[in-house]
Amino acid sequence: MVQYSAALDTSFAALADATRRGVLEQLGRADASITDLAERFDMTLTGMKKHVGILEQAGLVTTEKIGRVRTCRLDARALEKEAAWIEKHRQLWAARFDDLDKLVEELKQKEKADGRRKRT
Amino acid sequence: MKRNTTVERKSERELVVMRLFNAPARIVFKAWTTPELLMRWWAPKSFGVTFVSCQADYRTGGTYRFEMGHPASEQPMAFFGKFLEVTPPSRLVWTNEEGGENGSVTTVTFEDRGDETLVVMSDLYPSKEALDAAIASGSTSGFDESFKQLDEFLATPDAGR
Repeated sequence: MVQYSAALDTSFAALADATRRGVLEQLGRADASITDLAERFDMTLTGMKKHVGILEQAGLVTTEKIGRVRTCRLDARALEKEAAWIEKHRQLWAARFDDLDKLVEELKQKEKADGRRKRT
Repeated sequence: MKRNTTVERKSERELVVMRLFNAPARIVFKAWTTPELLMRWWAPKSFGVTFVSCQADYRTGGTYRFEMGHPASEQPMAFFGKFLEVTPPSRLVWTNEEGGENGSVTTVTFEDRGDETLVVMSDLYPSKEALDAAIASGSTSGFDESFKQLDEFLATPDAGR
């Protein structure tokens, strides 16, 4: 569990930075080289390499060097895992609220019945 | 008809859950702030959680303590804190002290929308790191879902990578 949490911490830390989120968005549209990304985000090659490195460590991005060009692409599986956490949380609250819904309906009917009784 | 429940990470520190109920705020608020009624919905059966005890003093400054059991845990899990604000039938604010200094403050608003009520529940964490950690550990679920999730994770081929 510690390992799993640590992995998620790394990815959330990676996602905390606006440039890195931008890089992910960009890679969501198309694969890109480090040079492309550095130009697009108006950054030095070294700076962009660092950002991509962090995304790579977090398992959000994979890179492959072909010749002199390092191409970056999204590792979609990692993003799916994070979305899964939010989805689990949603499922819990949906289950709670569906039960609350039934209870609220019951209370509403009871109030109506009591109201009728008082009037008659 | 079942209504949708939405969850959104509104900001670095805030997680928001929303849902519409087909009843006036007064009734939804009552179901939320009466311990006997709360026990009927807070621990959904489909999640295998049951109440061991449920104490709550729904007044500003009052405290609460929920103890819940789960088959994956020998000890009941305790959730406790203080009500910072209780304003019937529109607003509830409480602390989540089991989370220590990283615990969130939960604000629930009950907003009348004609015959319906919009419930907006916001968990505000002291820092971005605290929310990150809560999401990572699964503790925002209100009880420990991480066992189940760990099992699922370990069952995937790339576990431990």
